[in-house]
Amino acid sequence: MKNRRFILLPIFLILISTALIPVFVVTAQESTPSDDQVNAIAHQLYCPVCENTPLDVCPTTACHQWRELIRQMLAEGKSEAEIKQYFVDYYGARVLSEPPRSGIYWLVYVVPPVAFLAGAYLLFRAFQTWKRMARESKSNSPDSGPTGIGSSSAGHPDNTQDDDYVSRLEEELKKRK
Amino acid sequence: MQKDPTIPNDPTEMEAPKRGVPVWAQVIIWIALLGLLILLAAGLLKAKNPILAKGSPVPDFTLQLYSGFEYNGASQASLSDLSGKIVLVNFWASWCQPCRTEAADLETAWRAYEETGQVVFLGVDYVDTETEARAYMTDFNLSYPNGPDMGTRISQLFNRNMGVPETYLIDQAGVLRDIKIGPFESLAEIQAFIEPWLVER
Amino acid sequence: MLAQFGFGLFVLTFLVTLFSVGAAVAGYFYKADRWVEASRRALLLTFPLITLAALTLTYLLVSGHFELQYVYSVTSRDMPLYLKITALWGGQAGSLVLWSWLMSAFAFAVTLRRWERDRDMLPWVIVVTSVTLAFFLSLTIFYENPFARWWQINGGDLVARMFAPTGGYPVAPSDGQGLNPLLRHPGMIIHPPMLYLGFVAFVIPYAFAIAALITGRSDDRWIRLTRRWTLVAWLFLSMGLVLGMRWAYDVLGWGGYWAWDPVEISALMPWLTGTAFLHSVMIQEKRGMFKQWNMLLIILTYALVIFGTFLTRSGVLSSVHAFAQSAIGPMFFAFIGITFIVSVALLIFRWKDLRAEVEMTSLISREALFLINNLLFMGVLIVCFWGVIFPLISELATGQKVTFGPPFYLRANGPLFGALVALMAIAPLSAWGRSTVQTLGRAMWKPAIPTLLLLVLMIVLGVRNWIALVGFTLVGFVICVTLYEFWRAWRKTANKTSWQILLTALIFSAIILGGLFLLKVKSLELTVLAPAIYLILVFLIESWLDWSKSIDRASWQVLWKPLLLSAVALAVVIIPLIKAMAIVLSILMALFYIIAVWMLARRNPRRYGGYLIHLSMVVMAIGILGMELYQTTTQRSLAVGEEIQIAGYSLRYDSLAQFPYADGRYVTRAAMSVFRDGQFLGNLYPRYDYYEASGQPMTIAGVRSTLADDLYVVLVNWEDISAAQAPFKVYHNPLVNWLWIGSLVFIYGILVAAWPEVEKEKRVGKI
Repeated sequence: MKNRRFILLPIFLILISTALIPVFVVTAQESTPSDDQVNAIAHQLYCPVCENTPLDVCPTTACHQWRELIRQMLAEGKSEAEIKQYFVDYYGARVLSEPPRSGIYWLVYVVPPVAFLAGAYLLFRAFQTWKRMARESKSNSPDSGPTGIGSSSAGHPDNTQDDDYVSRLEEELKKRK
Repeated sequence: MQKDPTIPNDPTEMEAPKRGVPVWAQVIIWIALLGLLILLAAGLLKAKNPILAKGSPVPDFTLQLYSGFEYNGASQASLSDLSGKIVLVNFWASWCQPCRTEAADLETAWRAYEETGQVVFLGVDYVDTETEARAYMTDFNLSYPNGPDMGTRISQLFNRNMGVPETYLIDQAGVLRDIKIGPFESLAEIQAFIEPWLVER
Repeated sequence: MLAQFGFGLFVLTFLVTLFSVGAAVAGYFYKADRWVEASRRALLLTFPLITLAALTLTYLLVSGHFELQYVYSVTSRDMPLYLKITALWGGQAGSLVLWSWLMSAFAFAVTLRRWERDRDMLPWVIVVTSVTLAFFLSLTIFYENPFARWWQINGGDLVARMFAPTGGYPVAPSDGQGLNPLLRHPGMIIHPPMLYLGFVAFVIPYAFAIAALITGRSDDRWIRLTRRWTLVAWLFLSMGLVLGMRWAYDVLGWGGYWAWDPVEISALMPWLTGTAFLHSVMIQEKRGMFKQWNMLLIILTYALVIFGTFLTRSGVLSSVHAFAQSAIGPMFFAFIGITFIVSVALLIFRWKDLRAEVEMTSLISREALFLINNLLFMGVLIVCFWGVIFPLISELATGQKVTFGPPFYLRANGPLFGALVALMAIAPLSAWGRSTVQTLGRAMWKPAIPTLLLLVLMIVLGVRNWIALVGFTLVGFVICVTLYEFWRAWRKTANKTSWQILLTALIFSAIILGGLFLLKVKSLELTVLAPAIYLILVFLIESWLDWSKSIDRASWQVLWKPLLLSAVALAVVIIPLIKAMAIVLSILMALFYIIAVWMLARRNPRRYGGYLIHLSMVVMAIGILGMELYQTTTQRSLAVGEEIQIAGYSLRYDSLAQFPYADGRYVTRAAMSVFRDGQFLGNLYPRYDYYEASGQPMTIAGVRSTLADDLYVVLVNWEDISAAQAPFKVYHNPLVNWLWIGSLVFIYGILVAAWPEVEKEKRVGKI
């Protein structure tokens, strides 16, 4: 009976060690996120302290700490969106490379396209007026349409671009005919 | 067709109708221009006076404290809860070298004033990382309530161009009374900062 | 003494400028030409006065008068002479002096010409330029005085004043702080003057426009008079922007050239309206349209110049770029308020007089396309302006700061710029007045074919990024259209014999190239050699044809043997020198093309010069597309001997050297070897300079440049650098050098467009 207990102990120890092996294996395979992985996220963020400096190129100690924070969060398995949200919660919306699409900031994304479309619409309206006027004046007096060398051969741009002399010469010739 | 400017405009040329700028457009243009000028003026004023003026009431804010710190049993401290007491708000960061020169003096001053019950020190950690902040707080054995400035909302109330360290003294009525930009040189300086506003017993 | 003299000159100039304004206004309203002439002479006088003052300041900078605050802040004993001179614009006060000097120089040039014909506009041109000059002089005199000196007052504080403060004691430091190391780069030496040249030159067309509005003229005389000013202003502004990009790329160490920083955008905005203006005035000259547009655009350009200058100096915006905050903000604000309100009021007042003569009937006529051009530029302007102004609105309204970075601008401006590139291709093919889809199609199909081939080629080569496909196709389209236009122009001068010569030369050069290829000459050198060989053959055959007409049969029978022998001997001698030959031939070919294009373009310089400028823009676009779409980067800490890989390249960390250098900096320099496919390509030396006096570090990248890409490596200067372990960041920048090549083509294009046409003016007489 005494012998049996002695045998049990080494068996027990071996069993425990084999159980622990996976732990070692797992920690050995865990690697720290590379600089590139950190920079991929830091590139999309701006330094909370220095103005208008992206986080991946900012040279200050503080920015170094933030990049290490990103590295740590990546190691913990956080996703890119989670990391960005963390930075926004802690440091404000200015760390993002464009304003968030919420609250008053929807103005940011709406105003330029609206202004552009408004401008395009005004232009289009003006253009319609000119077209209408052109048609009216044409029906009023068929001769008073565009005069001059340029538009009479309006098919090709090149003819209107030739030397001043050619057009002046031809005008002179026309007058003399 | 080139236009020779010495010949007056040919009247048979088709012309667009002679119209001034419509009234609605004029209104929009002038309002926009005025708006721009007001905006620039406001921006200039803000650039000139980035810091909250002494004598003005301080807007209410809430400081979420780091775990391990508490005030009155709560894990956050609001300025409104502290009315009736003098509040010394100190902005610091672990990456700030000058902050370290005043940290020990601040802790000593706190331990002295804590007993009077008249003064509360609030440490606001400005754009910092928690790990390094904890190391800083352990280094100097800080016991007064400290918390991160979430979203930099608190610092924006005091100084548009917040730097660290900066310290602000708020009196019992919630009015800003004194400002210190940069680190305190000595314990005596901190005392001189607070003393004038203590209620005489 | 000298400082007081310089300051006195500024005060005198200021008073003379004020007199000029008053006299011009009096002369206009009292219709007294004597007063107008007096104001003109006063304005002329400001130039020598300011030049003398600026020279005084330069002398004080060079001779190290550190008792002056400005000299102290931008120079130091150990700076080389040329840097001390360029330190004139290294700080706020000096750069304002440069502004004033340029303004008075241009005012001088404009006022000097004979004014008999446009006497009615003269007073107002003088008023506008003088008021602008007076404003900048007042900033110098009252706020940013470069001649202020250091005084010590009671309490030991140092203040900078022009005249002694109470209880003040003059102090003279023995050395200065020195110029910010970031500014000690050649690009930084010419970038500010170039930008200011552009900004200030745009004041002249604006002055004429205001004069035209006030005097009620609705013709385009003011445009003709300022045509060259506009072109020159636009040239300098464009070059200023490109130089800024080059400086950022070389010196700032983040592998890019444009960060969409608010200060960068402040310089871009006047360029946008300036470019639109440049195009739009062509329509007014040719078709009498767009008068209202042109007034609006030049007013906007001037407004944006002043606005941009204000933003970067007033502290309203914070930015990497911005000057230190100063008290000039309110002065600028007042000036902006007055000029904006007056300009807008004038424009509204005269709006109906600027009626257009309308002949535009088609949406794809050239006029319509110019209209779309204006709209697109205004679109980009709105995006940029909004991005600059909104952070201010946000901060004032909500207390929260926000950042507008590249994603916002690229997403918004990308399609707009793409549309502009497309316009560059379509507009030259469209007709004035009438244009239908058929006429446009007929003009377009020939250059469209190689463009489509290019698209197919890209897809075949595996390009899948749709932005790259669209972008490079549009760029290719513009190039094809431009080359097509040049080819058509050339074809008019060519005759039958030319065709035969060209064909023969083509066949023979194909034979020669095939032979060289078999001799294992590298394909890059072949590509360069090919057109050179072709052209030389053309030349040879043509000369041969001319010469052979004068030789008779008998001489031929004698001559052909030695000719053949010398040809063979030449071949034997030359073939080993292929590489040297390639270089010489490519230089000759480049010169040949430059001269040939010049001669062709001078037939219609504005048109062909314009084509060349468009060509240069799309060449720059090639660089921009390559960088924005395909730039990659990687970072790693390396021990000596280890390698870092990117884009097929391999960089090995060889060694580290650390040593102090002459002008007060401590240099850390790493040596790296570059390999590709195992083949050694060269060495790179990324550097980290630390300037002890100012505590300012500078990162200098090691760069390997080829036409295809740049390999750009920096020492990451915020980690620990040691001989054992150093952190490196490598950027692979495809096609970036086409940006700089494009800017060279741009300069050439402007020269073609703007070079004075001497013969024409002599023949036609002054207009």
